[in-house]
Amino acid sequence: MPGFDFSNYNRNAALHARGMPLPKATSTGTTIVGCLYDGGVVIAADTRATSGPIVADKNCEKLHYISSNIWCAGAGTAADTEFTTALVSSQLELHSLSTGRKPRVVTCMTLLKQHLFRHQGYIGAYLVVAGVDPTGTHLFTVHAHGSTDKLPYVTMGSGSLAAMSVFETQWKPQLTRDEAVKLCADAIEAGIWNDLGSGSNVDVAVITAEKTTLLRNYLRPNERSQKLGRYVFPKGTTAVLNEKIIRKEDLSKFVTVHDLPTETGDDKMEIDA
Amino acid sequence: MEFGNSGFLNEDGIHLDMDRLKKGEVNLGTSIMAVTFKDGVILGADSRTTTGAYIANRVTDKLTQVHDTIWCCRSGSAADTQAVADIVKYQLELFHMMNGKPPTTQTAAAIFQEICYANKDMLSAGLIIAGWDERHGGQVYSIPLGGSLHKQPYAIGGSGSTYIYGYCDANWREGMEEEDAVNFVKGALREAIKWDGSSGGVIRMVVLTAKGADRHLYLPDTDYKVRHA
Repeated sequence: MPGFDFSNYNRNAALHARGMPLPKATSTGTTIVGCLYDGGVVIAADTRATSGPIVADKNCEKLHYISSNIWCAGAGTAADTEFTTALVSSQLELHSLSTGRKPRVVTCMTLLKQHLFRHQGYIGAYLVVAGVDPTGTHLFTVHAHGSTDKLPYVTMGSGSLAAMSVFETQWKPQLTRDEAVKLCADAIEAGIWNDLGSGSNVDVAVITAEKTTLLRNYLRPNERSQKLGRYVFPKGTTAVLNEKIIRKEDLSKFVTVHDLPTETGDDKMEIDA
Repeated sequence: MEFGNSGFLNEDGIHLDMDRLKKGEVNLGTSIMAVTFKDGVILGADSRTTTGAYIANRVTDKLTQVHDTIWCCRSGSAADTQAVADIVKYQLELFHMMNGKPPTTQTAAAIFQEICYANKDMLSAGLIIAGWDERHGGQVYSIPLGGSLHKQPYAIGGSGSTYIYGYCDANWREGMEEEDAVNFVKGALREAIKWDGSSGGVIRMVVLTAKGADRHLYLPDTDYKVRHA
């Protein structure tokens, strides 16, 4: 029969009706933040990736390259943040080559929001977009459904509430570079300690007109330390109740033994005809 | 499992969910209004955007410029209203370039309506369009959820508007002075913010007259009394 085959759809519907859940995507139940300061912008992220209740990666990278002067922090579905940022990065590079100008942060934000809006929230990418371009320093958030916000400090992901509480109590206008980095790192740490979906280390990126500095694992507050005790059971822990020895020559009584011919040069499998 | 009867696919990709706002969508549970007065028109809005119970942005700007002196108040889904406003902004710029003269408020409202009506099944956008043009002065148009278009002397919208129908009906007067109109808008939005949990933050206003667009900002810190910036 020509045409589409819907048998898998019917199978999925039947399985789901009998209570089978759909497979879960790896999500970055995440804390990501961004903060403007005098002369640049800082973004930061934790490094935990989760798949349901499982920590899928203890040190993943959630700060994505868009262009040398624009970086993105991603929360939501890991694959979606990865591919969406890669797609827009590629489009911006071509646009930049064609116009002969540096890419702008608003351009990046617009490409992201239009792409995400077109897919009506099914692409689960929640992004913090930050960068410096000839028009100034910019910071945006982009939600999966395609809405955007422009603010001096932003947080996203499951740890956004913990992180925002830090910004709302510590933030002040006219921060220095070091103050902004400290504030962002503190906000991420609030997520790491207080949000189950966030954990491990703090990644930071500082973007200025001159250069971008990526501070991978700027903080490592969850270093795995030496075990305090030995957890190997000493010999004799389990009592031996009885013992039976089977000799090699008596083995054929218990299992079937065959001799197999070893591969010779003549009858090798043809790998590359 | 709970699923409505609207027509959207549920998150399982099998069942249908008819809730108008999709799960986790950013909502402008809003108080917005626009009022004509003697010299033009005033738009006003609160600044709260929410995702469920969380305030995603407490200083949102829901007053969006789509042309020099044509603006709109957005309520409903943030994503939908931003997308619609971006399209209309582009259409109006194109209109201005091709005709050599700025579009009228009515033209802008008609373009908004076209988009809102054609995509009514996919959009949750409640818009108020207000503008000043040389021919007609200040005008207000309202486009509620179904995509109908209503020309009104003043319009209110969003979840907070239900609390101020009485206030507006009792206090609105034809051809007010600018100062009185500003105080009317501010008084109405203060009540909406006070009674509606989904509205809050600062009060933003845009005054559209022959002189162009003028922005007002009132903070709760100063009891919405002092005009900032």
